[in-house]
Amino acid sequence: MSHGVEFCGLSLAHPVINGSGTFDAIAARRAFGPALERDFPFAAYVSKTITLAARAGNPAPRLWEAPGGLINSIGLPNNGLDGYIAEDLAQLAELPVPLITNVMGSTAEEFSALVGACDQRPEIAAIELNVSCPNVKTGLDIGADPQQLAQVVGACRASTRKPLIVKLTPNAANVPACAAAAQDGGADAVSLINTLRAMALSPQEGGERRPWLGGGTGGLSGPAIRAVALAQVAAVAARVSIPVVGMGGVQRSSHARDLIDAGATLVAVGTETFRDPATGARVAAGLRALRRTGEGFPTA
Amino acid sequence: MSQWSAAPAPFARRLLTVLGIDELGVYRVLRVADVETPEPRPGQFAMLATAERWGGGEDERPYLPRAFSIARRRIGESHFLLEDVGPGTRRLCELREGDGLWALGPLGRGFQPPRPRHRAILVGGGVGIAPLAILQDALEAEAATDVTVLLGFRDGARAQGAALLHGARVATDDGSVGHHGLLTELLSQELYRDSRAEVYACGPAPMLEAVRAMCATRDVPAQLALEAGMACGFGACYGCAVPKRGGGYLRVCVDGPVIDARELDCVSEHAGAPS
Repeated sequence: MSHGVEFCGLSLAHPVINGSGTFDAIAARRAFGPALERDFPFAAYVSKTITLAARAGNPAPRLWEAPGGLINSIGLPNNGLDGYIAEDLAQLAELPVPLITNVMGSTAEEFSALVGACDQRPEIAAIELNVSCPNVKTGLDIGADPQQLAQVVGACRASTRKPLIVKLTPNAANVPACAAAAQDGGADAVSLINTLRAMALSPQEGGERRPWLGGGTGGLSGPAIRAVALAQVAAVAARVSIPVVGMGGVQRSSHARDLIDAGATLVAVGTETFRDPATGARVAAGLRALRRTGEGFPTA
Repeated sequence: MSQWSAAPAPFARRLLTVLGIDELGVYRVLRVADVETPEPRPGQFAMLATAERWGGGEDERPYLPRAFSIARRRIGESHFLLEDVGPGTRRLCELREGDGLWALGPLGRGFQPPRPRHRAILVGGGVGIAPLAILQDALEAEAATDVTVLLGFRDGARAQGAALLHGARVATDDGSVGHHGLLTELLSQELYRDSRAEVYACGPAPMLEAVRAMCATRDVPAQLALEAGMACGFGACYGCAVPKRGGGYLRVCVDGPVIDARELDCVSEHAGAPS
């Protein structure tokens, strides 16, 4: 029985990918050498978010260890679209799996320009729209407002025939309505959940208490958000007919299976990869074992 | 393979067995059986977490692994220097012989060998002396370089950590051991005596900044081993960014932790190293 999955026309070896911004394949090659390609843990590789202009990222501190997780305020550092195409793309194309490029704009026009540029590149198999990153001022409202979201996705749809995945924000009043809007706009899939907006205050006793993170607020990820993710994935999968990529606090194959049983086609791992870069491979192997034993696991 | 080259780290964290934990003043030297790890370059680090009860402490922490310089290699063993300053380091200090330790590494860019005919001055503060021990081992194995060791501590209990290296001149803030005053006063004396030197420094940010400024003024090359809060250690999380000269950021984990001092305008008091 095959472990493979069909996703938006892509044939993937297994159902586990990475969450955008949680694995830098170029840096990982420096750290781990040829083992990166040999033991690549994901069935597709999702890039960090690319913006039109280069971004340096937020001032330090960027991390806060939370109960069962982490709050990050990284600020989407990237070389910009031109830098990505000129410097990163050739290296990412060497990975043994399809490349999904994640992009973020602050307007429909910016999104459309980014998607149009990605459409021209044969190295890119699919495009994910970041309409949800909660620690950047731009783009914040687009993913939380179904009407605006449908407009942005529609503009992107007109710019490409490649698979379009919309990464939903969990910081919205009605996430299933946003998922439905993405589908109406022409999305081929939705992915969720992104990080939950969160904050920490500086620990110093006395004096003025300031936000700890350089960016003020950040996004919470890790096991702390797993139950929220399961609820949102289930609600979205019940609402839309397009495939769902589920993520949020996955550490083990049983967590991935929960998301699949709630309606996800693929599962992404993110924060747990920080603790062990082989997490994706371990989760995929665990899912394979669950499938072998039957246990009610859906077959392809 | 030369001790100055570095093989890639295994692409997964590995479960190691604790051989023992030795007291060294307020510090602990954690010794683990480690046969398969590629030989680290001095200055490289590993991400550590206990196999049991990592989590569920104060504020339900720790969650993330903690970055530690590899302090020493012996045949089949790796050594790490610990100080109990938070829920993660506290849990690591509780390890006993036979316990399991998750380790990912060796990671990062280590120290570069000194220029020919340059003396190596090793400058370490507090628990930051750790990477200088393996560096001293490497320099002395080559026997081609004169090595001077200057170590600074807050007090006498911490100054016992100086035994991790040998032949060190020690400074303490409270004057209980060695020179009563700043480590950089010892460095200044050494550079005045002979400035044809390469400085290797690791320690708290104010100390590193003082070393950086002194070396910049006297045009002495300096390699600084930085510390920063990081979630992963291999370039994925972008949490350990420090501002670099000319704008933008360096990632301490993959661009460092050893950074040429000329790449920095200053060493700022970093915040956010989970402890």
